Amino acid sequence: MEVESAQSRSNMVSQIVKPEQFFQVAFQSLRETDPAAAWVQLVRDTAMDRFELLGFPSIAIEDWKYTNLASWAKTNFTPATKQSSLAAKVVNTPTFAETTQSQLVVVNGFLREDLSSKEALEQIVAVDLFNAIGDARYSKIVREYVARNANYHDSGMVALNTAFLSSGVFILLPRNVELAQPIHVLYVADGVRDNEVSFPRLLVVAEENSSASLIETFISTGDAPYFTDAVAEIVLNEGARLEHYRVQRESSNSLHIGKTSAELGRGSSYDSTAINLGARLSRHDISVVLDHEGAECRVDGLYITSSEQHADTHSVIDHKQPHCNSHQLYKGILDGNGRAVFNGIIFVREGAQKTDAMQTNKNLLLSDRARVDTKPQLEIYADDVKCAHGAAVGQISEDELFYLATRGIEPAVGRNLLTYGFAEEVIGKIKVDSIRKAVDEAVLRQLKTVLVS
Amino acid sequence: MLEIRDLHAGIDGKDILKGINLTINKGEVHAIMGPNGSGKSTLAKVLAGHPQYQVTAGEVLYNGKNLLELAPHERALEGVFMAFQYPIEVPGVSNAQFLRLAYNEKQKHRGEDELDPLEFKDLLKERAKVVEMDASFMTRSVNEGFSGGEKKRNEILQMAVLEPQLAVLDETDSGLDIDALRVVAGGVNQLRTPDNAIIVVTHYQRLLNYIVPDFVHVLADGRIAREGGKELALELEEKGYDWIRAEQNGSGVSAIAK
Repeated sequence: MEVESAQSRSNMVSQIVKPEQFFQVAFQSLRETDPAAAWVQLVRDTAMDRFELLGFPSIAIEDWKYTNLASWAKTNFTPATKQSSLAAKVVNTPTFAETTQSQLVVVNGFLREDLSSKEALEQIVAVDLFNAIGDARYSKIVREYVARNANYHDSGMVALNTAFLSSGVFILLPRNVELAQPIHVLYVADGVRDNEVSFPRLLVVAEENSSASLIETFISTGDAPYFTDAVAEIVLNEGARLEHYRVQRESSNSLHIGKTSAELGRGSSYDSTAINLGARLSRHDISVVLDHEGAECRVDGLYITSSEQHADTHSVIDHKQPHCNSHQLYKGILDGNGRAVFNGIIFVREGAQKTDAMQTNKNLLLSDRARVDTKPQLEIYADDVKCAHGAAVGQISEDELFYLATRGIEPAVGRNLLTYGFAEEVIGKIKVDSIRKAVDEAVLRQLKTVLVS
Repeated sequence: MLEIRDLHAGIDGKDILKGINLTINKGEVHAIMGPNGSGKSTLAKVLAGHPQYQVTAGEVLYNGKNLLELAPHERALEGVFMAFQYPIEVPGVSNAQFLRLAYNEKQKHRGEDELDPLEFKDLLKERAKVVEMDASFMTRSVNEGFSGGEKKRNEILQMAVLEPQLAVLDETDSGLDIDALRVVAGGVNQLRTPDNAIIVVTHYQRLLNYIVPDFVHVLADGRIAREGGKELALELEEKGYDWIRAEQNGSGVSAIAK
């Protein structure tokens, strides 16, 4: 279906190269410059085939009904190359007090060891994903897990990322290692060349009873329009624990499409917080598979859209085994012409008894022109479960503003205070102090206000 | 300090206040009593400037200024405070943040120095003693998950921090058990000074055992039906409100102006 529609769009405007063909040229070039092990090349080739077939998703697909990529799909994007990444001058990369010695900097999708600091990461493995494939110590484990949970057969965007696999980050948390310092993976789009696309890729494998905090931050240092097509795969083995913060602060000229896939082992714990502030159009797909007993997850997030921004979150939490818990809270603040989409589905498979699943999506509309489409869904095939879900869309009430006004707080400030408070329920759970503060500041800046500390 | 002249007000086109006259001087405590629906909470809300109520006639002078021309936050900055019957919850904003913001808005308005979080913490600790609130309340979100009594104590804490010149307490006793009532009333009494004035809006006489008023005004059907000293409250406690309504209907007195 969408292939036809992509073609008809191309036919309407003559002399436009079909984007898929444009990517094909770059792909052939990549095959020559970055040859890979045979199995990787097979994965890349298969993924490229899938992308050529699927292309950019169109609104004819149910999952993309409210997020229209048509104008982006017509853009002739140029995949970033290792050369351009190495040449990129990236200065003043933000860091956090807690991560000065545990920071991996990825520029235009390529890990830059020269900009990274790994002093506090000696207990773990944190290396270039593509290099790990060729490294005898890691090739087996990478082969087992890469492109396993982030399915490229059904998603054109994941397929495109997979086809261009030539760098990225591989993190291995060895058995029983409890990493004190949070790991910060900072993705920088240098935003120098128009319409460059980069393919950040992360694979985290946490062995038995390991634990860590991981922060992914997406930023840009330039003004050119660009496209980030990111994939993160996370595997938690038995008893492993991961706190995962994903902070998307791309430039307002960008398209950001991200996929996070987590697979949870027995008794493991995954706590995800996705903060979506940036990009002109962003889409984040997060899927968590609870495939072993006793696993638990929190899948929380906050999206803020202002002016012409569009933010789409699609979440799938799949309870496949009994005695697993999931808790989800996503909040959205929409201003101006901002639009957001929240689509969350929880599956409770047959036999997944004693599942405890809870899903909430709350939205605050600050303008009459803002719009949100929210769809929380539960599909339950087991009978002894505790599940609840709900969605709410509201505005700041006159009574709340009046209460604040009777304390001398003028309505404009009162609105900001209430909006900030609304966001705080999600931000407040961030356990890494300086990241919570940074997100706080970014939110306040986006809400165009300065508030009490 | 406050002069209310022939005040008419209502909501959604329905008249509730039908000609209120009231004068309040510095250092006085006035109780506004009356049966449900008599308009006593409306009077409190109109003084604070609730946007849903419309004033249709009359005037309110506060320190010689036309109070009704001021926006609600301007009234607050000028020293008018209202303790709510149902305080609003503000999730995600800590009590300390909220109080410091409010306090500093007032400081700014007066042209005085704002306090940083540490300085304010000291001030807050001092003022919190007035209502016997411990430090854990300061880091919790404003009123969120507070019990009824805690919410009312929090209202009086706000009053203690903001030091209003005119405080309107709207049914502050509702939903309080006797211990909480004593704490709340004790807090209000500590905040009484020769320079401020307090209006206590209440249905029951009970609160007035603790906050002893100088004057009692009884509202019925949007008018002041009877006025007197603190003994009037006791009389009402004994006889109920019916005799006032009967008297009002019987005599046809529209309002007893002071």
